[in-house]
Formats: sequence, structure tokens, C-alpha cells
Amino acid sequence: MQRRDFLSGTLPMAALLPELINGYSVKAFNMNSPLVQALLRGNTLTDHVLVIVQLFGGNDGLNMVIPVADYSKYFNARSNVAIPENAVLPITGVTGTGLHPTMTGLQNLFAEGKAKVVQAVGYPQPNFSHFRATDIWMSASNSRQEVNSGWAGRYLDYEYPNFPIGYPNTDMPDPLAIQIGGLTSLTLQGPTRNMGMSITNPTSFYNMISGTNDYAPNTRAGKELTYVRSVNRQTQGYATVIRAAANAVTVQAPYPTGNSLADQLKIVARLIKGGLKTRVYVVSFGGFDTHSNQVNADKVSGAHATLLGRVSGAIKAFQDDIQFLGVENRVLGMTFSEFGRRVKSNSSIGTDHGAAAPLFLFGNQVEAGMLGVNPTIPDNATVNDNVPMQYDFRSIYATILEKWFCLDKSVVQSLFPPDINTQLQVLPLIKSGACAGITPPPIPNTNLLVTNFPNPFTSRTTVQFTTAGGHTLLQIFDTLGRLIKVLTNQEYTAGTYRIDFDSEGLPVGLYYARFQNGITQQVRAMMKVR
Amino acid sequence: MDRRGFFTELKAEAKKATPEFVTGRTQSGLNPYAGTWNEEEILHLLRRVQFGAKRNDVAYFKSRTMDQAVDELLTPATSTLLPPIKEYPTPTTVGVVPDPTIIQGTTWINDVNNDGTIQSLRRASYKKWLTGNMINQDRSMLEKMVLFWTNHFGNEAADVGNANLMYKQHTLIRMYALGNFKSMVRDITIDPAMLRYLNGYLNIASAPDENYARELMELFTLGKSPDSNYTETDVREAAKVLTGWTVNYNTYQPSFVTTRHSTVNKNFSSFFNNTVITGRTGTTAGQLEIDDLLNMIFAQPEVAKFITRQIYRWFVYYEIDADAERNVITPLADIFRSSGYEIKPMLSTLLKSEHFFDKMNRGCYIKSPADHVIGSLREMNATFAPATDWDTNYGLWNTFYSWMVNLGLNLHDPPNVAGFPAFYQPPAYHELWITHDTLPKRNQYTDIMISSGYVRNNIRVQFNCVQWAQSLRNPGNPNDLLNEALAFLYQNALSQVSKDQIKTQILLTGQQWDYYWTNAWMAYESNPTTANFNIVNSRLRSLFQYLFNLSEYQLI
Repeated sequence: MQRRDFLSGTLPMAALLPELINGYSVKAFNMNSPLVQALLRGNTLTDHVLVIVQLFGGNDGLNMVIPVADYSKYFNARSNVAIPENAVLPITGVTGTGLHPTMTGLQNLFAEGKAKVVQAVGYPQPNFSHFRATDIWMSASNSRQEVNSGWAGRYLDYEYPNFPIGYPNTDMPDPLAIQIGGLTSLTLQGPTRNMGMSITNPTSFYNMISGTNDYAPNTRAGKELTYVRSVNRQTQGYATVIRAAANAVTVQAPYPTGNSLADQLKIVARLIKGGLKTRVYVVSFGGFDTHSNQVNADKVSGAHATLLGRVSGAIKAFQDDIQFLGVENRVLGMTFSEFGRRVKSNSSIGTDHGAAAPLFLFGNQVEAGMLGVNPTIPDNATVNDNVPMQYDFRSIYATILEKWFCLDKSVVQSLFPPDINTQLQVLPLIKSGACAGITPPPIPNTNLLVTNFPNPFTSRTTVQFTTAGGHTLLQIFDTLGRLIKVLTNQEYTAGTYRIDFDSEGLPVGLYYARFQNGITQQVRAMMKVR
Repeated sequence: MDRRGFFTELKAEAKKATPEFVTGRTQSGLNPYAGTWNEEEILHLLRRVQFGAKRNDVAYFKSRTMDQAVDELLTPATSTLLPPIKEYPTPTTVGVVPDPTIIQGTTWINDVNNDGTIQSLRRASYKKWLTGNMINQDRSMLEKMVLFWTNHFGNEAADVGNANLMYKQHTLIRMYALGNFKSMVRDITIDPAMLRYLNGYLNIASAPDENYARELMELFTLGKSPDSNYTETDVREAAKVLTGWTVNYNTYQPSFVTTRHSTVNKNFSSFFNNTVITGRTGTTAGQLEIDDLLNMIFAQPEVAKFITRQIYRWFVYYEIDADAERNVITPLADIFRSSGYEIKPMLSTLLKSEHFFDKMNRGCYIKSPADHVIGSLREMNATFAPATDWDTNYGLWNTFYSWMVNLGLNLHDPPNVAGFPAFYQPPAYHELWITHDTLPKRNQYTDIMISSGYVRNNIRVQFNCVQWAQSLRNPGNPNDLLNEALAFLYQNALSQVSKDQIKTQILLTGQQWDYYWTNAWMAYESNPTTANFNIVNSRLRSLFQYLFNLSEYQLI
């Protein structure tokens, strides 16, 4: 059983929780309460960070990573936008494939062994609409599925179930994910809540009032009111830690100016070094929808060249900075765009919406070089020709989750649509030792180890627990986290036992039975009624 | 696990993992609303169809019936709007082609000038003017519909670059905003800004550019619901239909170049009943084929459904459950389609319906940045300079335009052709307006408007709290004052505990008895000295600041 299932299974009166947290200040509730720590701790211990660089508009992959070995076919298909062969930048350790001439920064990262290119990443039945394709990439759905949560959001929901209720707390005082910019994206959308926080300036937060928190009715209005209040509360909670993290870093390596991606990545580096435990950062950069005038007459400059130069320069500066700041081993970066562009160019000196495209991973812990081969280009490309997919983008995500965020394979699979989750590949993208030195999380016990009946109860209820043997503890807490009673605290031989809990004199309401045996613990919610 | 299982599980998890309200549902439909017509209902209607509700408009509609109110809101004043003017000094920078013949204070809309600097100045002027229109909206819902369609067609001024074209598109949208949708699409298909924005001007027979054809189906008419099964072939064939159009930058008119038009027959998929649009030649070919294309698209029932869903999200709530789809969307789409895509009858039916006035649909709409910025100005009766003082007004309008940008809404400049994500991105929709970045800024805006406002040429625009309180029925009684202010500012009621707390801590400054406030107010009324003014003003400012900062103020 997954932790999330475990929690939801043990909180049958789950609807009580928001009031419970609102009714008692989070501070009083969370600090040293083992209950809350058990409820709110992330599942997997890791200090790894993922930085997602989203390129809006559909990046022309064929002009970013150029198939030099098939240059004549490439040129024939798109002579009016083709990068001159002699201008293409070679990639260390890779023959027959090169980079756009403006991408010297990334070229250097390849030389330093810190960049990886994965060829022809896509998915079956590609969608050519910006919006559908973006949604597919962000949600990791299939081409024909509508999934309203993001892949990173589902990951964070697994790690931090129940968010945002009870957050921030001592175990996770920081935002789970940060998007630089005013609005949050689908990537960070969890099954019901957005797991991300969006900021534009980490040192300047406007002070919020706490305000009264009246009862929110069980209506649409109540739902939205609760939402606004939760953003309000989190903003207050997170402003301090973000400001402190940003202010802790006063010197950074230089970044290019006039480059909004560089500006965003600079903030990310600062926050990582400043000590935030935030696991996912999202930055974005737009303008890749190059239907027309994508190159100037010289073919090496122009709109697309400017964009790629900025991407390359920003990533190189970021990588240098996190090295300077000494956090380079904790950070992995990934670029993506909603699709590549058509093999054949159009007569507007541009390219129309296409399918698969290369993406980059960067960081100290990537397996540098190239994965995959040059895309197949037909001899006489027509308007219908697309780059065929070599790698499913969800295998990239799955590899990151397993080899970078150190999740168990079964957990990774649970985060993807079932019809592809067994097909996901673990790709050689990340150095094998990346998850070493991190204590693997205890395998969640799949059995319900503590139950009670009847539930709800009026005065007495029987608590049943199954111990693996050895020291076993069974405690009763109230909703304030106060220890009401210790039902047992002694050595047992393995087996199932029952102890009655007599609640005489206690008010009606929610109680928790917390069972602890070795490294295992489980919590059971019990409702006392009249 | 099969696909269905995965989603069932996701849903089930969603339910389990986050203890969440099971939000109330409603089965009400399009039957005419026959319930009470009091201040609460008037406010609900006005706030949804205008930017905020002005106090005197609320009073005005009290003497009308609900039917009359909706009819009047659907009928804009006929007076012509003054066009945007040149409020920038003529540039003298070397290399800029200036526009010296246009005198400051007069309009640039008929002046052809394709200089980048001039056009960037005109874009700024256009944005300020748009903001002014919203602040000065008449007693109709026109401005909110203009914003709706502007968002619907999703053009970016920064990308098009030319303010004359943007203004032209705006007048097109304004003309049809409450008119005929099909005619609007027909005209916007060859609107110069649109031709420029979605590459129509580059769409030629030898290499069709699919950009507009795709968005025409996906975003402007059919949408991408599961029942909207047009194919990639349809997109490519539609692109061929649309070949040949360019923009004449000497006249700012579209022009059709016969030699660039694809004269072959265009073959559509079974979704369009394998329609063949006959390839044509000659000067009328472009328009005739567009008419064929739109007749084919508008014969699909999906068009009316897609648009009514968008309208529903814009005016009622973003979530459309099965009941709403059956009881509201389906019949409303029928009305829309059978009227030949007339916008007014459809809106009228929705806004007069039980569903629109259903309690379940009140107070659940998260304000857009325009509702927040423009709405609060209108609610607080903020005043500007006389209309003739364009320099002051354009400067001040720019402040409020910039505030909307700060909060995520850049007028006529969405992030992309889909418009602003809060208007289309499931599952969060309007919640996307409220982030850790924008919520504090919303508070900062109202705080500034209360404390100092903004000044230009000695004209100050701010929220005058004392003057506002004077317009209430019984401002000397702190309970009445608070109740009336709350009824006007919030759609959702506060508890008595909260009200008592606010009254005591703010209006009474911690004192026990109501007459402390009454005495202070009477003292000011009878003897408005600076000292007496300051006593009531400081408390009222704190009160309004607090009320604007509570989460309740974000909902209408």
C-alpha cells in the first residue's frame, strides 16, 4: 500500500481535517507532534532538485541539434532555413551530430561532461496543437487522454500527501515546488491541488494579514474561499523562508543580461544554495513558434538563433553558478518544448508544428553525451513528414523519478497512466551513483496494522494491532496532538492483539491511535460520537 | 489496470487524499428566475456582467425589474466612443519616422505610420485607452463582452506590433460583441491583425501555413472537446481555403492576391460529412471559399456548445458538471444555434435564468484582475480628471493598466492565442489568478488606493473612505455601517463573531461601547475639523483595508 493510500485509509473522517488544522493554529499543532510528523513527512529522503526549463511554442529540434551525418537530406528538406554545415558546433564524444552555432555554452557543458542530449523524444500519435501538446507533456498523458494533473504534481502529491493542509511544517518548511513567474503551470498540478508556489522576486514579499477564518460552507463559494485562504496562509508561511534563503546568498557567478531565462535560473540557484528543501523548480522561455522568418539571410542568425543562444547562455551560466555555490551535485536540469517542428520548412522561411524533438539534460550527475541517433529524414520530405519518435518522453520522466528522486519502480509506475506504465524505460541519463548514500525509505507496510471497531464509537472501542514482534507502542492522541493514553508499551511476540480503549469522560470528536513497531508506524483515526 | 481504472483511481485518490468540500450541486436550469430582486441579486448580476458594481447603478436597478435590468445591460449606449489619442510627444530620435501631423490630443487611428517606435507609443496609448473604457463603462455589459471576445481570439499586441491594427481589431470585436458570432468570425478571419498574428499573410498556395486554420477550429469555433473530431487533414485543407490573403500596410486593410490562392478543391473528413469546397479563381475566390468553410464549420453543433460553455465559465462558474451540461449548456446552445448565432438572445436567457441566480452559483467566482482593479475603482466611486484633460487621464489609466498586468492580465496581450490560462486551463481555471505572487499584490493594490492613491497633474485618484461612508444609510451606527459595507463589498456573509471582532478592534479601537464610534462620527459630521476628520478617517481606512484584504473580497 502506498503512503497516500495509507493515510487516506486511516482518515475516514478526512473531511474534518481542514477545520481541525484551521481551528487550531498550525503552529500549536505541528511543532513536535509525532502524529503530525508522521502525517506530513516526505516519503523519500533526498536532497535532489529538478529544474524544468520549458520552451514555449514548439522548438525546432532539427535546427538545434543538427544531423551533420545526413546533411544533404537535411539541407534538401529545408534549404531556406538550414544551418550551414561548416557553422555547426561539434559535440564532444559525438560524431555526426552537432549543435546550433549560437549554443557555445552548451557545447562547453558537453566538453565538461555535464550535458546530455536525447534524440527524438515524443509519444505515439503526436498532437500538433500547442495547447493539447503542452497539456500532454505536462500531464504525461497519452495523446488521446485528458489528465488534469501534472507529472511533477503527482510526484509531489505522493511525497507530501495532504498538501497543503498542515504545510508549512518543521519537516517541510519550504514550498514543495517553485515556479518563477506570476502563474503556476499544469506541470505542478496535483490530483486536486497545485503543489507549486509562484514567485517573481524572492526578496520582496508583500505582508499579508492573517484575518478571520470564518466557517466556509459546503458550496462552490466555500470551496473557492477555502482556496484563497490557503494561498493566503501559505504565502505568509513561505515568505519568510524564501526571503531568508534568498538573502543568505550574496555572491553568485555572472549571468548574461537581457536574458529572461538567465534571470529566472539565477533566482533558482540562489534559492537552492540558500537552503530551501524545494524539490522542483519550473522556469520558462517563450517565442519558439517560428512559423516565419526563423533565420536571417545568413542562416546562422535570426529569431531562432537568438532564442537558442539565450537558452544555451542561461544554462551554462546557471551550471557555472551552482558549481561556484557548491551545490552542483544536487541539481539536475531538463529542457522540453511541446513539440518539434516539421522536417520540411515552409515558404515563409519558417517551420510548422511537428512531432518529436531532442531535449537536453544538464548537471554534474548526468551521463554526458548523446542518447539515440540522428532523426530519419526522407529523401524528398513533404509537408506531412515528421521526426519519428525514438524515446517516449515519459521514460525521461520515469528515469528522473527513479534514478534522481530515488523512487521505487512500483511507485514510479503508479504515477503514470496504466497502459504505458509497464513500457517505461529506464534510460542511461543519470550517473548510477546518484541515489547512493541516500537511505532508502522503509518499504511501506502493505497491511493495515492497526484498526478499531466499532468506529465510530460511543464510549468503548477495541483497538486491534498486528506486531512483527519486539517493542510495540500504542498511543491515543486527540486532535490537538495531545497524548491521551498509552494503551501498551512493551515487548511482544509477533501476532495480532486487541486492547480496549475506554473514552469515558472524553469529549466527542476525532482521536488517533498511533501504532509503532520497530521502524514501522501507522495511525488510525477513530471517531467518538454521541 | 485499464484506462478507466487509472482515472477512477485518480479521482478516488483526489477525494481521499485531500479532505475537500464536496461542493454543492444544483439542478436548476434555464427557467426564468422569479425569486427576490433585492440588492443582493442586483449586485450578483452587476458584478458578473460589469467590472464591479457602482453604488448608483445598484440604486438605479432597484426601481427596475430583473427582466428590465438584463435587457438594459444588453443594450449599450449608442453614443460614439472617442478613439485613442496621441498622448505621447512626437519623438525626435534620429532614425524614427515621426508623426508630426498628428497633434497631441487628437487621434492617430487614421494615420498610417509603420515606424516601430511610433507603433510602440501607440500601443501604449491604446492600452491606456482600453483601461479608460473599462473604468468609464456605460450601464451595459458591453465592456465585459469586449474583454471576453478579445480573450477568445487571443491576439497579442506585442507580437502584432502595430497599434493601428490592434485598434481596428478592437472595433471589430466591439461591433459584434453583442451581435452575431458567425459574422464576427467571418470578419476576424481576414482582420489585418489576425492575418499578421496567425501568419495568414504568409499562407500561400505553394506552402500553406496552418496556423490560423488550426486555431480557427480548435480555439475560435469548434473547441477540442471529445466530440470535436476534426482531423489534421481538415486543418491542412482549411489552410488551403485561407490562402492568398495579405495585409496592406499602406491602408491597414486586408487584400486578396489571386495568384497566391490555392485553386484546388479542398476535401474534408467524415466529421464534416466529406465536404468538398470547390476551388475557385478570381478576386472573389477568397471570400467565397471562406464563406463555404464557415458554413461547413458552423453547421456543426459543437460550435454552439463550445461557445456557450465559454460564456458559462465567463459568467457563472468554471466547473460544468453533468447537470449544468444537460440543463444549461445543451438548451442554451440550441438557442444560440437556432438564432443563427446571435449573441444577445443566448446571453439574455442565461442571465435571466434560475441557474444564473441560483444561490449555489453566487459568490463563487474568483475575480479576474480586471474585476479587482477596475471593479474596486468603480465600487469606491474613484474619480478622475474631466474628460478634456487627456494628459492626466491617460497617465492615470496607465497606472491601472499596469496593475492589471502585475496581477496577470495584460489587456489584448495574452501569453498566447489561447488567451489567459485562468479562462481555459482545467482543473483550476479561475483559481490560477490567485497565486502566492498575485494575492499579496492584490492586497498591495487596495492598500495603496486607500492610503495614498495615485497623483498626476495634481489630480489624485484614491479610495475616499469617509466620503463613501457618508453615502451609507446610517454611518453613525458602527453595526449598520459595517453591515451595509459588507453587503456591498462581499457576496458571502461574514459570521457575527467576525463582524463583532472587526467592529470592536477597528471601528471602536478596542473599546467596549458602540457610542464611541457614534460620538466620533457625529463630532466629524457637525464639526469637520482636521482633527475630527482624522479620527474617523484613520478608522475607516483600517476598516476598508482589512475588508479588502480578507479572502472574501476575492469572490463575486
